Amino acid sequence: MAAGCTTEGLADALRAAARVISEHRDELIRLDRAIGDGDHGENMNRGFTAMVSKLDTSEPASPAAVLKLAASTLISTVGGAAGPLYGTAFLRAAAAVGDAAELDPPLLAKALQAALEGVVARGKAAVGDKTMVDALTPAVAAAESVAVTGGDVASVLAAAAEAAEQGAESTVPLVARKGRASYLGERSAGHLDPGARSTALLLRTFAGSAR
Amino acid sequence: MKKIINDPATVVADALRGMAAAHPDLLDVQYDPAVVVRADAPVSRKVAVISGGGSGHEPLHGGFVGRGMLDAACPGAVFTSPTPDQVRAAIARTDGGAGALLIVKNYTGDVLNFETAAELAAVDGVEVRSVVIDDDVAVKDSLYTAGRRGVGGTVLLEKIVGAAAERGVDLDGCEALARKVIGQVRSMGLALSACTVPHAGEPSFTLADDEMELGIGIHGEPGRQRVPVGPASELVPALLDPIVEDLPFAEGDRVLLFTNGMGGTPLIELYLAHGIAERLLAERGIVVERRLVGPYITSLEMQGMSLTLLKLDDELIDLWDAPVHTPALRWGL
Repeated sequence: MAAGCTTEGLADALRAAARVISEHRDELIRLDRAIGDGDHGENMNRGFTAMVSKLDTSEPASPAAVLKLAASTLISTVGGAAGPLYGTAFLRAAAAVGDAAELDPPLLAKALQAALEGVVARGKAAVGDKTMVDALTPAVAAAESVAVTGGDVASVLAAAAEAAEQGAESTVPLVARKGRASYLGERSAGHLDPGARSTALLLRTFAGSAR
Repeated sequence: MKKIINDPATVVADALRGMAAAHPDLLDVQYDPAVVVRADAPVSRKVAVISGGGSGHEPLHGGFVGRGMLDAACPGAVFTSPTPDQVRAAIARTDGGAGALLIVKNYTGDVLNFETAAELAAVDGVEVRSVVIDDDVAVKDSLYTAGRRGVGGTVLLEKIVGAAAERGVDLDGCEALARKVIGQVRSMGLALSACTVPHAGEPSFTLADDEMELGIGIHGEPGRQRVPVGPASELVPALLDPIVEDLPFAEGDRVLLFTNGMGGTPLIELYLAHGIAERLLAERGIVVERRLVGPYITSLEMQGMSLTLLKLDDELIDLWDAPVHTPALRWGL
C-alpha cells in the first residue's frame, strides 16, 4: 500500500488475514476451550475462508464495498458471538469509509474507531471485561495518535497492532464479565481471551500487509 | 476421538440429511442456509414459533419441529449459534401472516445472532418478537456475567408456547405466555464426563474418575464447582435443592418435573434419579402433576443429567397435555 489503503490493498489484507487465521485456528480453539466452548478458531476460519472465496468471485469496487462484503460474509458464516461482533465491526467501518477511493491515515483511524463503537454497541462490553474490546480499544487510541501526528498508513496500523497485542495480553489476569467465559467466574482468570487474541492477530496482519 | 462421522466439517449437514430421511412426513429440511421446517408450513394465520441454537443438543431443537410445537428450528454448527440468515430464512418460510416468536436461549452468541435476525426480518415486513430463556440456577445472574443460561426449561417452553400457537393464540398472547413460563421454570445440571466437539477432536475438559462438574451448561463448558462424585441420593438433592430454593417452589405448588439426560447417561440411571427427585419433592409437599424423563436437551456424548421444575397451573397443564407430533415428542395425535 502506498500513501493510502486502496481497494486492492484492503482485499489483499483480508486475504492475508484469512491465511493467518487458518494458521492460528488450533491456537484459538485451544484458548477458547480453556474458558469457553472451543469453537472460536473453527468459526473464524470458516468465516474468513468464505470471505476469500467471495472476494475472488465478486471483485468489490471500493474500500467500503470490500468491508461490506467482509461484514455480510462474517455475519452469515461465523456464528457464535464472533460473527455478529466482527460483522458489525466491518459494517460500521464500511459506513465510516463512505465513498472514499482509498483510506488515508485519518480515515483509517476513523474506520477503526467506528468498528470499535459497533462492537461495543452490539456486545455491550467495556474495557476490563476480558473480551476483544480489551484489544481493540487501545488499538484505536494508538492508531488515532499516530494518524494525528502525520504517520502513514503502515505506521498507524503498526501502532494499532502493537497496542492490540498488549491489550490482548492484559486479558490474562482478568475475570471475564461477558460471554461464555463469565460463567466460570474467578476460574476464567489466568487465561488469554480468544477474542482479544484474534483481534490482535488481525491487526498485526493488516499492519504487515501495509508495509 | 471415536465418532460415527465422516468429516467433522460436515457433521451437521450430514445429520440433517438423515433426519430428513427419517421424518419425511413431519419435516422439510433446507440446507443453504440450514433450517428444519415443519412439513405443512406456513400455517395460515398461526404465529410461527421458531427456535434454534448450536447443534449437539439433539433432539433439541430440530426434533421438536412439528404440529403443536416449533414451526422451524435453525441448527448452528456444533455448540455454535446459528447465523442471522438462517433465522431470517426460517421466518420467511414459516410466516403465516400472524408474526413470529423467536425462542432464544441466553447465550451471548445466540442473543446477538437472533437480535440481528429480528432486525433483518423487520425489514422484510414480518412482525417478530423474541423471548430469552435463562432458567439455569447454577449461574449467578448479575451485571458481571452474561446472565443465566437457557437449558432444560427450553424444552417445556417450546412445547407450551407451541401448543398455544397451534390453538390460534396471537403474537401478544404467545409472547406473554412465554414470559410467564420463563418466570416460573428453573433448572440445574451436572456432568460426570466431558464431551468432544467433532472439529475440536479433544474433550472440552477432563474429570478424574471420582470427580463431577456441578452446575454444568449444555455446551461442555465447565460448571461452577468441581466436587467428588457421591451416590445418587446425594447427587439428586445437589441439583434439586438449589432449584427449589431459587424460585422458590413452596409446599402445595403443582409442578412439572423434567429429568433430562446429557447424552451419555442411560435411561436406567435417569429413572433412578427421577424416582429420588419425586420422593424429595413429596417430602417438601410439592405436587408433581406432570413428568418428562429422557435425553431431550443433550451435550453430545456427555454423561450427566439435569433437573427442571416448572410451576404449573390449569392453563399450563392444559397446554402441556395438548396434542403434539414431532420427531421427539408425540402424544394426543
